[in-house]
Amino acid sequence: MSCGNSCNSNTTSRRGFLTSMAASAAGATAGLTLAPGVTLFSPAQARARGKGEAASSKVRWGMLVDANKCDDGCTACVDACADENGWQGEGNPATDAQWIRKVKVTDPGTGKSQSLPMMCQHCEEPPCVDVCPTGASMKRADGIVLVDKHSCIGCRYCMMACPYQARSFVHEPVSGQRTHAPRGKGTVESCTFCVHRVDEGQQPACVEACGGTKRGALTFGDLNDSESEISKKIATYPTQAIRSDLGLKPGVRYLGLDT
Amino acid sequence: MSREIHKRIEGRSPAFLALIAGLGILVLLGMGSAWTMEHNGHVITGMSNRIVWGMPHVFAVFLIVAASGALNVASISSVFGRTAYKPLSRLSVVLAIALLVGGLSVLVLDLGRPDRLIVAMTTYNFRSIFAWNIYLYVGFIAIAGVYLWLMMERSLNRFSKPAGMVAFIWRLALTTGTGSIFGFLVARQAYDAAVMAPLFIAMSFAFGLAIFILVIMFTSGGTGRELGEAMVRRLKNLLGIFVGAVLYFTIVQHLTNIYAAEHHAVERFILLDGGIYTTLFWVGQIIIGGALPLVLLFTPLFADSREAIALAALSVIAGGMAQLYVIIIGGQAFPLVLFPGKIVSSSFADGSIASYSPSLPEIGLGIGGVALALVIVAMAVKILALLPRTLADAETDPT
Amino acid sequence: MTLRTIISVLVATFVFVAISSSAEAAGRVTIPEPAKGKGDQCVADTSFMRKNHPSLLKHQRDDTLRKGIRGNEFSLKECVACHAVDGKDAKPVTYENPEHFCRTCHAYVAVKLDCFECHASTPDKKRQANELPKKHPPTNVLSSWRDLSAQTCEGG
Repeated sequence: MSCGNSCNSNTTSRRGFLTSMAASAAGATAGLTLAPGVTLFSPAQARARGKGEAASSKVRWGMLVDANKCDDGCTACVDACADENGWQGEGNPATDAQWIRKVKVTDPGTGKSQSLPMMCQHCEEPPCVDVCPTGASMKRADGIVLVDKHSCIGCRYCMMACPYQARSFVHEPVSGQRTHAPRGKGTVESCTFCVHRVDEGQQPACVEACGGTKRGALTFGDLNDSESEISKKIATYPTQAIRSDLGLKPGVRYLGLDT
Repeated sequence: MSREIHKRIEGRSPAFLALIAGLGILVLLGMGSAWTMEHNGHVITGMSNRIVWGMPHVFAVFLIVAASGALNVASISSVFGRTAYKPLSRLSVVLAIALLVGGLSVLVLDLGRPDRLIVAMTTYNFRSIFAWNIYLYVGFIAIAGVYLWLMMERSLNRFSKPAGMVAFIWRLALTTGTGSIFGFLVARQAYDAAVMAPLFIAMSFAFGLAIFILVIMFTSGGTGRELGEAMVRRLKNLLGIFVGAVLYFTIVQHLTNIYAAEHHAVERFILLDGGIYTTLFWVGQIIIGGALPLVLLFTPLFADSREAIALAALSVIAGGMAQLYVIIIGGQAFPLVLFPGKIVSSSFADGSIASYSPSLPEIGLGIGGVALALVIVAMAVKILALLPRTLADAETDPT
Repeated sequence: MTLRTIISVLVATFVFVAISSSAEAAGRVTIPEPAKGKGDQCVADTSFMRKNHPSLLKHQRDDTLRKGIRGNEFSLKECVACHAVDGKDAKPVTYENPEHFCRTCHAYVAVKLDCFECHASTPDKKRQANELPKKHPPTNVLSSWRDLSAQTCEGG
């Protein structure tokens, strides 16, 4: 039980932090215990926000999909997402949730085809947020588009408005949800950029899984930080947004699209 | 001459009670359908993640659109000063409220979480046309209610004209809002068009009047009230003009799309090779909903026969349902265009036509909404003095 | 002792006996005792939590979801983790089970819960495997929350 003592001491320091929460500065939270037993120190995770700190518009989360590195037939990102967020199907393809899917794009002239993942594009001007009557469909300060299921009435107008077919409606009663990914019958859901992981300084599950296959087709990071890997790639290579004609400024960009 | 133009119906005959019982059963059927859908989830319906709005929306939008149109008869009298229509004003307003309540009930019971209606009524996102519509619908019921009261309270009659004007403007806004639910969907090939709003207004005129004509014929026949030739001819001509207007806007809608190469695929789908949607468009919407009523109403062959007029009204309603089915379901069945010019496929049916077949609970819910609207009208004419004692030509058209 | 007092006492006794026996006869439900948390003490006094947990949870859910504020004290996930009740199979029971700590009280007061339509009603499996439930030493967290609430929750 390596955890026993450290848990207690961690909790105590956390408590001390809590009592002085109002006065705590953002910088003081590096290396904070996010949950008992999970302490963040590694450089890649240094961006985790501290306890009590709200998401900031200084950050704009984004993803870059390198279509050249994505293989037809590989569904590592889809499987990882389904596992991470617990949306494995009920065996009804038309009504099962699909937060992320692989799309095969074929040129009718050349016959050349590409495979790429499609999911919520986390638009800067999300139509789903505009049309939602109750404000359940929302965009966080750091650009992550979410559904607040507490106020979603299941009208599905956001699904009508989304150009990317990125949203799913929960058609059946759900059980065995992940604690970090609540989902239930009668509400709409979509890719969250694994917001629970991102807030802890981790990468979304799909990005991690894609890296695990050695393909590394997915890059996740802060588009506002010119030093981030994703920003450097976007500055170097020609990338594009899908349906850029709609002017929605998606947070997901694609590299190497054969258009 | 007595000033008492309107009179309650007796409402004790076995036929009336049977009517109420029959409609009541249909309302219960609708409630049962809603409960089944709510209990099992939408998985038991024909709806999917591709066809997110199904048969309940066809019924609901039809009823809501028809509701604003049903108010027109009252508007013609109070706003446009055609006194001949005045005796019909009260029924017109009540029918409008009833149809709207029926339509909204269907819409609400088709929500994923109808139990959270209170959230929809208390939390608003004002960038959403849906949120505006909640105000437009509730406001319509309130304004129409006040309008009815001012017409029925003799000492306040003088205010009924301005109230009628407000109600008329409000109903135009309401139908614009309903049409814009679709018109504002920029990403959907079949919708993104400003013509949706005027098209829906023309549809509301036609559907609302068609229902009104059937209701006035049915109630006149059922209660032995006289319905004069002149009145029938007026309503008939009006219906013909509205049907023509719907055809006109439909032509504008499709011609504009056909002109843009970007929309060729979706137009081809609706007009040529969309299977059920193409059939519903040409046979349902254009022939039954447009051509047939025009023939029935205006060819000398039928010479103002009431049966022909009733049949025309029925076919306008059937054609209207077909039209909304094509717009709502057909518009969703056609895939979103993610990569223009490419062939797209996926596990989510990207790039292919989505299939949909309405399920019994969906149809049951829709019919329940229609029955609720009719039950409200039937009860209202028993409780309130809404129906004119007579619509004989001598009464309505003294000139 | 006056006659009047005697009568009053007799009547009172009769009423008391009648009420309590009729309650027993009707098989009145006993007052529930929701499962105790695994730590020493909850994040706040029991009486405070009993009264305020709905608004605490509601306040924090909006902070977490809409603003992205993580790690605050009044977390449904932590309630579920700490108060989990094991069933016959030695696994924590879900809200489907009447023994679930939320359900014991909510069934008694007949207040419908919407939380577990979406949220997991059992602790995270990973957590169960490698973590001890968190302990809450008595501190003045509560007062700090109250300070905070004075700033942000008024009228909410």
